[in-house]
Amino acid sequence: MHARNDASSETAPDNTPSWPEDIFAILQRFDVRQVPYVPDAGHSQLIDRVLATPSMRAVPLTTEEEGVALLAGAWAGGQRGVLLMQSSGVGNCVNMFSLAQIFRLPFLTLVTMRGEWGEFNPWQVPMGSSTAGVFELSGIKVLRASHAGEVREVVEAAAGQAYNACTPTAVLLSQRLIGAKVFTK
Amino acid sequence: MSKANLLGRRDVVTQLLSDRKGAIVVGGLGASTYDIAAAGDHDRNFYLWGAMGGAVMIGLGVALAQPQLPVVVITGDGEMLMGMGSLATVGLQKPGNLTIIVLDNEVYGETGGQASHTAGNVDLIGVARACGIADARSISTMAEVEAFKPSMQDVSGGPRFVSIKIDSANLERVLASRDGSFIVTRIRGALGFGPI
Repeated sequence: MHARNDASSETAPDNTPSWPEDIFAILQRFDVRQVPYVPDAGHSQLIDRVLATPSMRAVPLTTEEEGVALLAGAWAGGQRGVLLMQSSGVGNCVNMFSLAQIFRLPFLTLVTMRGEWGEFNPWQVPMGSSTAGVFELSGIKVLRASHAGEVREVVEAAAGQAYNACTPTAVLLSQRLIGAKVFTK
Repeated sequence: MSKANLLGRRDVVTQLLSDRKGAIVVGGLGASTYDIAAAGDHDRNFYLWGAMGGAVMIGLGVALAQPQLPVVVITGDGEMLMGMGSLATVGLQKPGNLTIIVLDNEVYGETGGQASHTAGNVDLIGVARACGIADARSISTMAEVEAFKPSMQDVSGGPRFVSIKIDSANLERVLASRDGSFIVTRIRGALGFGPI
């Protein structure tokens, strides 16, 4: 994993952004228990929090589609979950997204975006450009947060409609929020 | 097609699921789901009609949510091959209550009997073991099926992986419900969870 250049101006004095903490608090409040993920630098702070929380089960995946199936099983077993991934992983999930509709799942995924806002790596651009469209074609609602100050209300709304209304929802966390990955000095 | 020395899939599944107690059973799409239905409809049956490659992960999600209940995934070699990475994920989580059973006929029976990778040199038991599932074994007789069955009830001894070579006869389909919302709501109800 590589560090990202932190583009946010709304950071704590130690340069740690506060929005991952906002997300963590919302997940706790909604009693989210299973957190499958494929690592991304933009999710690293949240993943560390989940790994350190006994009431949450962090489940590292080999590919993102595993997480969609895991959350279907979790729901059948009475637990809520959230899938953490990067935009490039969304394409890996397409057939498995059927489960969100077929089971009317309280499906929530938080997606850190690549391929936009100052991207250095052209290989990230095609999937990053189609991420929102892939979700919409798959019957999953898309919300986006681009600034640290709006993360809390966007994720709160997404969790509310996913868990309370069984409306499958994805939150795109913009590269502008996370900061473009730095490859050169 | 059927070879005399291989087990019949319906016999195997009926034997495994008799006296299942509170077990939740996930069936991979295709013949495995028909086998589970043929053994008797049950409100803890998780029938899959799609999502190929997802059966083990669905089983893992249930197993982590209900650690005191046995969870049994019954699927085919083709479905297992598509979700092979999920064995690595299970190997990391090590849910004691999860049993994965692959009914291996070495062909894609639903689509015309094309050979699967297990007809060649792929050894799913070796894969499972290498992924950290220490209890990974082959079963080839009904006596072994019967001897293995009680271990599925031990919710601290897993994860387990079993490959059972079966004959490749295409049997009459036994159609389970294909309404996903009904299937999941029924399982949730059996576990005491109401609708939203």
